[in-house]
Amino acid sequence: MTRYIIRRLLWGVLLLVVVLALLFVMFYILPTADPAKLRAGRLQNPKIIAEIRHTYGLDKSLPAQFWLYLKNLFLHFNLGYSYYSNAPVKELIFNRLPATLSLVLGGAVIWVIAGLSVGIISARRAGSRLDRASMGTALVFVSAPEYWLGLLALFFFASDIGKIHLLPGAGSYVGLTAEPAKWFTSLIMPWLVVAAGTAAIYARLIRGSLIETMGEDYIRTARAKGLTERRVVLRHGLRSAINPIVTVLGVDIAVLLGSSVLVETVFDIPGIGRLNYIAITHSDYPIIQGTVLFASLFVIVANIVVDIAYAFLDPRVRYS
Amino acid sequence: MSGLGDGPLLRVEDLHVEFPTEDGVVHAVDGITYEVARGRTLGIVGESGSGKTVSSLTTLGLTRTQGARVSGRISFEGKDLVTLPDRELRAIRGNEIAMIFQDPLSSLHPFFQVGTQLIEAIRAHRDVSKAAARERAIELLGLVGIPDASRRVCEYPHEFSGGMRQRAMIAMALANEPKLLIADEPTTALDVTVQAQILALLESLQRELGMAIVIITHDLGVVAEMADDIAVMYAGRIVETASAKEMFAGPEHPYTWGLLKSVPSLSASRDVELVPISGQPPSLIRRPSGCHFHPRCPYAQPDHARIDPHLEPVSGNPAHHVACLLQSEQRKRLWAELAKGATPEQAREAVGLPAPETDLARTGA
Amino acid sequence: MSAEESLVQVRDLVKHFPITQGIVLQRKVGAVQAVDGVSFDVRRGETLGIVGESGCGKSTTARLVMRLLDATAGEIHFEGRDITRLKGAELKAIRREMQMIFQDPYSSLNPRKTVGAAIGQPFAIHGLLEGKAERKRAVQELMETVGLNPEHYNRYPHEFSGGQRQRIGVARALALKPKLLIADEPVSALDVSIQAQVLNLLREMQRELGLTLIFIAHDLSVVRHMCDRVAVMYLGRIVEIGPGDPLYDFPRHPYTGALLSAVPVADPQLRGERRELLSGDVPSPANPPKACRFHTRCPKAQELCSQEDPPLQDKGTGTEAACHFPLAREELAEIGVRSAR
Repeated sequence: MTRYIIRRLLWGVLLLVVVLALLFVMFYILPTADPAKLRAGRLQNPKIIAEIRHTYGLDKSLPAQFWLYLKNLFLHFNLGYSYYSNAPVKELIFNRLPATLSLVLGGAVIWVIAGLSVGIISARRAGSRLDRASMGTALVFVSAPEYWLGLLALFFFASDIGKIHLLPGAGSYVGLTAEPAKWFTSLIMPWLVVAAGTAAIYARLIRGSLIETMGEDYIRTARAKGLTERRVVLRHGLRSAINPIVTVLGVDIAVLLGSSVLVETVFDIPGIGRLNYIAITHSDYPIIQGTVLFASLFVIVANIVVDIAYAFLDPRVRYS
Repeated sequence: MSGLGDGPLLRVEDLHVEFPTEDGVVHAVDGITYEVARGRTLGIVGESGSGKTVSSLTTLGLTRTQGARVSGRISFEGKDLVTLPDRELRAIRGNEIAMIFQDPLSSLHPFFQVGTQLIEAIRAHRDVSKAAARERAIELLGLVGIPDASRRVCEYPHEFSGGMRQRAMIAMALANEPKLLIADEPTTALDVTVQAQILALLESLQRELGMAIVIITHDLGVVAEMADDIAVMYAGRIVETASAKEMFAGPEHPYTWGLLKSVPSLSASRDVELVPISGQPPSLIRRPSGCHFHPRCPYAQPDHARIDPHLEPVSGNPAHHVACLLQSEQRKRLWAELAKGATPEQAREAVGLPAPETDLARTGA
Repeated sequence: MSAEESLVQVRDLVKHFPITQGIVLQRKVGAVQAVDGVSFDVRRGETLGIVGESGCGKSTTARLVMRLLDATAGEIHFEGRDITRLKGAELKAIRREMQMIFQDPYSSLNPRKTVGAAIGQPFAIHGLLEGKAERKRAVQELMETVGLNPEHYNRYPHEFSGGQRQRIGVARALALKPKLLIADEPVSALDVSIQAQVLNLLREMQRELGLTLIFIAHDLSVVRHMCDRVAVMYLGRIVEIGPGDPLYDFPRHPYTGALLSAVPVADPQLRGERRELLSGDVPSPANPPKACRFHTRCPKAQELCSQEDPPLQDKGTGTEAACHFPLAREELAEIGVRSAR
């Protein structure tokens, strides 16, 4: 088992380096603003620009710049400085990380609970009108774009502009440690928006998985032992049916952590998604590099965690 | 008013089990009646689609979740299992009546330790602590011949070999000392030497615990070894019941004859021809009219397609019942011919029966 | 046996499946010794049965002979020619001469192909019978031969029963009139009443086409019925081989004896007779016992058995057995061998 984990971690590091290399190449091939000119701002003086170039190492060859970046990253945990604001990238990202984490993890809790509940009930009553209605509704939520749901939510329920003054509107996010109550209420709508589509997907997933599992021989054995139907479904059935959910959950969370920009924009939450978007509009490469690094890290780590979790869930996997 | 100690342990009366499906109603069990005596073994023989498994699953109410329509009566210890409410039936399952299945790998939950599953079976019906249940689980594994039981109890099903898994299933079924054990093809998925071990185990456990066994199988050898009484099923009906000795010495149903003649024997020479039963098992949705076996029967007469045969005692032996429209004398003579080595056609001629009119039986399976 | 008489000759055939381990680079730490030194001949026109329990290597042997797997070591000769390492067009040419039918009639047929297409495929692969009408006629002839209705040419596998699908498999295998047919558990998945039909079909086809048949099964009664000679395998080796009658009437290897005594016989009069039961499970083929593979479970094992590997030798009673202390006639009744007549 430890061998397996070590192997996965090594591959993970390699993958990270490859992703960064690709990004490096991409940024320099695609037409973008010259970062040195950006930094120079109004002082478009060739001498100053050349100086800036040198300070940032932009006059070195591409591989040399990449090597420098990697050294800084792995040895000093330094992600560079923003071209635009000269603030350390690491600081910018870490400042914004809690907001994105709050949004995504909160949403995840909701979508797992909602998705599983609806899915299990649908599976138990497969073919009934309730089942068909809930799966139909699920389809609607899967198809609806997040930002549209977000705008709809604000339109109906925001305390400043909505029809019903129920919840705080866009821009009202505050940190958890600052004002816990406001943190919570300001995130309710964003959470529901983030969760809606994914809960629907999970409901369909668990429904299919549970229906299939309940047809297995060991379920028949469990009933033959005289166990209550509830125990048969929740302990024997769900235990197997949940496996595809676990694999998907880790990746979903990781991907969302790196791509929450739409919801963050609609609700004006100061998260990494927003940061990334702004950096792109300014061609602020170090920030982009930093956010992509984090996004990739989330996905790679999530994959490893999910694989390990899978081995815990399915004892047969441990021995292969 | 329980009558315990006398009378059969289980009595199935005129059981009908139907499943509504998209293609029509599947008549899985079509009016069967049989008894299981205390401490004895009943063998139910049949091929796929005979209804042998469905009738046993229905005994434990395991077809209720599949939308089955059940009518008839299953008497057990003074209760009717067909109409018994779920809660009471659950108290019997895994407790007074236990069941083991064909494939022990798929029948045990792959994600739980074997010990955990055993403990669950115990605590479902006995109010004992986890520790006590664990002790009992180890004891049970030892009882069924699994070596190193205290270590094995923490292992997962896939870490057991096929034979050990079936032993573990048996241990689980016996956890609460059932009065009746239903074994559905318990050795079909096992190697022949392992099969011998498991059958010997079942026999010795039966002696020790005095429990009745219903063994469901398609293997005539297994049923000859294990069963005291045998019921042969075809297309949802019982076509013949008799003691094991009687069934092999003097069978009286053409289907039973067909089975006996189509199975190669270990000691027969190579020139003995196998005589297959022509045609294929019928659809349970659109069954043949009258006697379900008539399209494949080499001795069928015209009115057999119209009249339903019922189980009736054979002349000279009230314990031997057959559902066949031929006369007992004819049947005895037919079997005498077949036993000598005649083909069905030759036997039919020798007894003077006309050939079946329609050659429905000609298309190969 | 001379090379002219035997269609297939197998010598010291070995197949090991490697077990690998490692963090970055996978290195071989062991091997599953599925087939570990198997030699036999198959005479023209005869039926050789291979029996054994799970893990004995019988299916692997069949696939090696069919060249569906590459041997780790050893030789396979077909019609006097060494086919062990054949590749490409030469292998394809050999494939016309040997065909296989499989155990599971449900998964061995492509559900998307009509029956006609499935049976006609061998013609297509080898570039024979180019004309559509010609091919259809040939296929329908085959269907009739195996007892299927030729009008069902355009039906799909799911419209047929298990026994019928097995017949389809036989038709497909016989399309090119091969010399050798290997049947790997052809009737195990079928109902008893259908088994007899398919077995009779195979016998009939063999007689008509002069086929040589290698018949693999775990059911000893079926094998006795179908086969001229029988090889008994255990953990990758042949432990006994010989004509059916002497092998079943007077087995010399204790494992053969154990197999025969374990088979339940359809005769209640024989109930309760003492039987010697093998204890425990088959050892793992990744770690087989030293010397005689069977010595860990053999009731007659002595010290020699764990030190010296017994060769397959003629024991003077009609069969060859690999055993230092073969069974004596008096012992047969003791261990309950029922097949003796």
